[in-house]
Amino acid sequence: MKNIDSKSHVTGKSIYLDDIPTRQGTLYAAVFSSPIAHGWIESIDFAQAFAMPGVVQIISHKDIPGENQIGGIFPDEELLAKKELHFQGQPIAVVIADTEQQAFDARKKIILKFTERKAIVDAREAQAQNSLIMPPRTFRKGDTKNAWKDCTYIFEGRAKSNGQEHLYLETQGAYAYPLENGNIKIHSSTQSPTAVQRTTAQVLNIGMHHIEVDVQRLGGGFGGKEDQATPWAVMAALGVQVLNKPVKLVLNRIDDMRMTGKRHPYDSDYKIGLSKDLKILAFEATMYQNAGAAADLSPAILGRSLFHSTNSYFIPNTKVTAYSCKTNLPPNTAFRGFGGPQGMFVIESALAHAARELKIPTYKIQHKNLLKTGDELPYGQKIEGGILLQIWKNLVQKFDLQSIENQIDTFNKSNTHFKKGFSLMPVTFGISFTKTPMNQARALVHIYSDGSIGISTGAIEMGQGVNTKLLQVAAQVFSVSANKIKLESTNTTRVANTSPTAASTGADLNGKALEMACNALLARLKTSAGKSFGVSPDDISIQDEIIYQNGIATSMNWTQLIDQAFLERVNLTENAHYATPVIHYDMSIEKGIPFAYHVYGLALTEVTVDCLRGTYEIDTVKIVHDFGKSMNPTIDFGQVEGALVQGIGWMTMEEIRYNDQGRLLSGTLSTYKIPDIYSVPKEIIINAAQSEGTDFAILKSKAVGEPPLMYGIGTYFAINQAVMAFNPKAKLSADAPFTVEKVLMGLYAADHPDR
Amino acid sequence: MIEFILNDKKVATPLPNGSLLLDFIRENQHLTGTKIGCREGDCGACTVLVGEVKNGQMSYQQIPSCLTPIGNVEGRHVVTIEGLNMDELSPAQQHFVDEASTQCGFCTPGFVVSLSQYCLSQDAPDTDKAIESISGNICRCTGYKPIERAADKLTQSLAGKSTTQTVDWLVQNNFLPTYFKDIPNRLARLAPKEKTNFGQQIIGGGTDLYVQKHEELVTQDFDFVINHKELKFIKVANNTCTIGAGITVTDLLESKDFSGLFPDLAKHLKLVSSAMIRNVSTLAGNFVNASPIGDMTAFFLALNAQITLAKDHQKRIIFLKHFYKGYKDLDKGEGEIITEIIFNIPFGKFNFEKVSKRTHLDIASVNSAASIKIKNGIIQEAHISAGGIGPIPTYLSDTCNFLNNKELSPTTIIEANNILQKEISPISDVRGSVEYKRLLLRQLFFAHFIELYPETISLSNLILQS
Ligand SMILES: Cc1cc2nc3c(=O)[nH]c(=O)nc-3n(C[C@H](O)[C@H](O)[C@H](O)COP(=O)(O)OP(=O)(O)OC[C@H]3O[C@@H](n4cnc5c(N)ncnc54)[C@H](O)[C@@H]3O)c2cc1C
Ligand code: FES
Repeated sequence: MKNIDSKSHVTGKSIYLDDIPTRQGTLYAAVFSSPIAHGWIESIDFAQAFAMPGVVQIISHKDIPGENQIGGIFPDEELLAKKELHFQGQPIAVVIADTEQQAFDARKKIILKFTERKAIVDAREAQAQNSLIMPPRTFRKGDTKNAWKDCTYIFEGRAKSNGQEHLYLETQGAYAYPLENGNIKIHSSTQSPTAVQRTTAQVLNIGMHHIEVDVQRLGGGFGGKEDQATPWAVMAALGVQVLNKPVKLVLNRIDDMRMTGKRHPYDSDYKIGLSKDLKILAFEATMYQNAGAAADLSPAILGRSLFHSTNSYFIPNTKVTAYSCKTNLPPNTAFRGFGGPQGMFVIESALAHAARELKIPTYKIQHKNLLKTGDELPYGQKIEGGILLQIWKNLVQKFDLQSIENQIDTFNKSNTHFKKGFSLMPVTFGISFTKTPMNQARALVHIYSDGSIGISTGAIEMGQGVNTKLLQVAAQVFSVSANKIKLESTNTTRVANTSPTAASTGADLNGKALEMACNALLARLKTSAGKSFGVSPDDISIQDEIIYQNGIATSMNWTQLIDQAFLERVNLTENAHYATPVIHYDMSIEKGIPFAYHVYGLALTEVTVDCLRGTYEIDTVKIVHDFGKSMNPTIDFGQVEGALVQGIGWMTMEEIRYNDQGRLLSGTLSTYKIPDIYSVPKEIIINAAQSEGTDFAILKSKAVGEPPLMYGIGTYFAINQAVMAFNPKAKLSADAPFTVEKVLMGLYAADHPDR
Repeated sequence: MIEFILNDKKVATPLPNGSLLLDFIRENQHLTGTKIGCREGDCGACTVLVGEVKNGQMSYQQIPSCLTPIGNVEGRHVVTIEGLNMDELSPAQQHFVDEASTQCGFCTPGFVVSLSQYCLSQDAPDTDKAIESISGNICRCTGYKPIERAADKLTQSLAGKSTTQTVDWLVQNNFLPTYFKDIPNRLARLAPKEKTNFGQQIIGGGTDLYVQKHEELVTQDFDFVINHKELKFIKVANNTCTIGAGITVTDLLESKDFSGLFPDLAKHLKLVSSAMIRNVSTLAGNFVNASPIGDMTAFFLALNAQITLAKDHQKRIIFLKHFYKGYKDLDKGEGEIITEIIFNIPFGKFNFEKVSKRTHLDIASVNSAASIKIKNGIIQEAHISAGGIGPIPTYLSDTCNFLNNKELSPTTIIEANNILQKEISPISDVRGSVEYKRLLLRQLFFAHFIELYPETISLSNLILQS
């Protein structure tokens, strides 16, 4: 089934936040933010700005009736800065005017006097100054101290991965307007309507019941609208509270890039020890996460870096410590993979390092150490349904790894101008929010008296196709046609206390709740039908909208059944609640079962480097991926392709740059580059692994949003290999992204043997 | 009043001619299928088509509405996604649905509009052209593979397309709504354009100006290069090529006369911005913007081109290399405009090189162009330019002087690079460190010779010796 929104998408009729018809008297807001990364406000003068045409109000922290606080995990982030300035782009005031242009024009007239302090932009520097978001966390297994002496080979090094701008094509925004009695309705482009509702209530000092948040769809989220859609919605609502007028606040691209956080840069040290036969005996790492100026979701993201620090490998002795370092960058936040990619990059760098020194292909070590069913991960969970070895075998045979390796070897021997490289990248990714209480969801289903169905859940549609999957669940349980079913907007008055749509769990959690609601309704309908045929409900079934009795079609159809049930006063509405069973986690010992299940996969990447210009092309990425039993291969394969390319972007061309004062240098689309149609792999082949799925996944169809992003890491190491084929002595420390600059510098590094 | 046809409706507006088409479409006309993604021409979410009669047929181009002043579409036909919709989906739309080429959908109208330009073009269907048409459209969700598949399917659907009666064929085959057929007649009935004159500030495509200061421009009236037909010509005769300053990069590509002089033109110009930016960006705009990494500037510097500057009835001709005095400091008087560009032919062999973070639709870290004449193994004349290695687009005069009358050999090239390195003064910025830019220019300098004289020069003999 195709994405149910695709028709309205291709005709331009889908409505995004900025397309909602505005109400009469709507005002427009622009955010005035800190020009410096660290310091404090000496004085601020709004007089000139206020005198500008069209300006209605300039809101500052003084206008906040409740708490000036938006921190989700820790209360450490002001909505509007009072005195201290912690990052460039930190909101200070909101200018509200008759038109957007007037708001922007007036914003330029605000006079801010400030004292600037030295900014910390580097995570290690922050750690050295004990500038931390929270105490470090350490995952331990076995005894690394004792294990080193058993290792034949030990390698130590450093791995850095840079941040990544979400670059959802639709920027952040919200539109709020007054309802009666001080109630406010907010349309927000958010992955977390409940976070918007809760935070707005807190800032406005009113009950959550006064705030209604509604989300139709997002023009992309990728984690960037999990926590960081909230402030703009709160500001718009604050404007409504102060002025009793509709207020729209949509960030322009430059403000969005400047004011919002990104994927966390990580800087890590690793030490890896191997036995003579290439078994990894011990692994230690220290990770420095650049959290930016406030906690945001950093603590949870740090957790996932630790969970995935050994990626797909069984390592008997591990000790990994991670610091969440407080710097003067915008608070970094969720981004597809949620710290997992950064964690995996470290171990993959360590393996590539070992392989380089041992002069063997990295995959020899990777393969030797793959996780198997029953293997215990550093956090105590045991692998179930571990199919990595089978996936590996499948890929290696299907694509004939040996001949690929030989061809590349031959090519490299006979070419100077171009060199090829390849890599394998296994992925093991845990599914569930690692904070157990978040693993819950609700669904509300109405069957209308004409037999049509309306579904509300807490899931946010942002292109990942969750609404399509939800529709499939209902259509399958009721056996009715898709055109009878409507997915409603996500609205806090229909489904309350929702978890964000994140961690790839949207379809699982909301789908399970929906399945339960539909099953409950189905049971009632069967009872009703059973009664009218004088048989037990168990004898009733529905197929393609026809009611069957003991497998034989009756003359009753779905619409008639609903009509009858309604007259019998059967409840045609159901609200169900789902909480993922089994999972639990104890942070005090860092052990538990944080994940309902794992998703597995493997990618083979081949690249060609132009050794004259330092440019490169990705020739192919071949993937075997564990979809479980995919309920929608069209959508799921699309998620793999999209995530892979996003991962490749992170590893290759997407380069966030701040200067020493913490000012963003790559703050426009002309300075920050994401993949375009010419830079993606020439070929992407995706194969579904033989997989049983799991009962924790909706219809045994495993979560797919995040795991494939990490296949992109393979590109880094394939390029690395090609560069070394040209310049074997290039001392390449792992430092992503592998921009064309780093490639050229590596190709011609001073210790090139030919120079 | 500015009049044009927007989809199937004539519109007239008293707005300043510098106001933006995107805002007019969304705010004034409430057509919200055209999206705001970046307002700097770098994402394609706001793509629309603009059409006019050319050689008796409607000719459409995709353009970034976020950088297009409404003055630039006066008297023309503007098409948004709404203007392409019919009762049933068009093949472009249907293939997007079938191939799952849309996820969040925010980029999708832009892609569909660009692909409609591909359908409307009078070229024979070819998937590479389809991809070219969407080279200015960015998608963050799909990874492009499903979009490539849709483009491929669309090409198949276009088999049999008439290249002479294109609009009729497309209407007949349900690619376009029928109202398209009547557009030429309706355009002819629009009020004549208001006269603009050289007195006011002149705007070419607006692709530099509107990125830099759109907030100022939208409230003003301007003179538009597009309204000066006399600036739109390419003439090859008497050992010179003369180009009107209103010529766009796309015009160069479409000119048989011009592309006849440059066998690799398509390959070279594919490295310059995107199809939609090339459609509107003028050569003179690139020269006057004076960015140190202007690609067309580097291109014409290496042809040792001259430009004609005019004001009122006074004219002067100077070498392009003398136009640049310092960072954004030009030998150009107040109100002087560039009217034409002139270079001599034949100019020997020509090459253009550019490396940027992303190969396409990106500003160069370093670019370079070269024209080289060789006789009996001796360099007769070399003109080499480079960008990104100093405050101005640079003609490498010391390097060129050194090369003249030297034998073409790896040694000469390596020695020339030593001169070259003394001639440049790159700085570190987002586009690269000093060390990188120096190394990169060396490589691109080498690349000219490797590309043009592969029988004599190769990467191995250059790097083994240097
Ligand atoms: C997304 C994007 C990508 C880009 N990529 C590239 C790239 O890859 N390479 C590159 O080189 N550039 C690139 N550019 C920059 C720009 O497109 C070019 O510099 C273009 O040639 C400018 O032409 P224009 O007609 O749009 O200039 P305008 O913005 O219209 O004008 C620029 C300046 O020139 C003046 N001017 C225009 N015509 C004349 C004339 N005849 N006489 C005197 N003054 C005149 C204007 O008054 C103005 O000061 C890109 C721009 C965008 C938005
Ligand atoms: S579908 Fe979301 S940006 Fe293309």
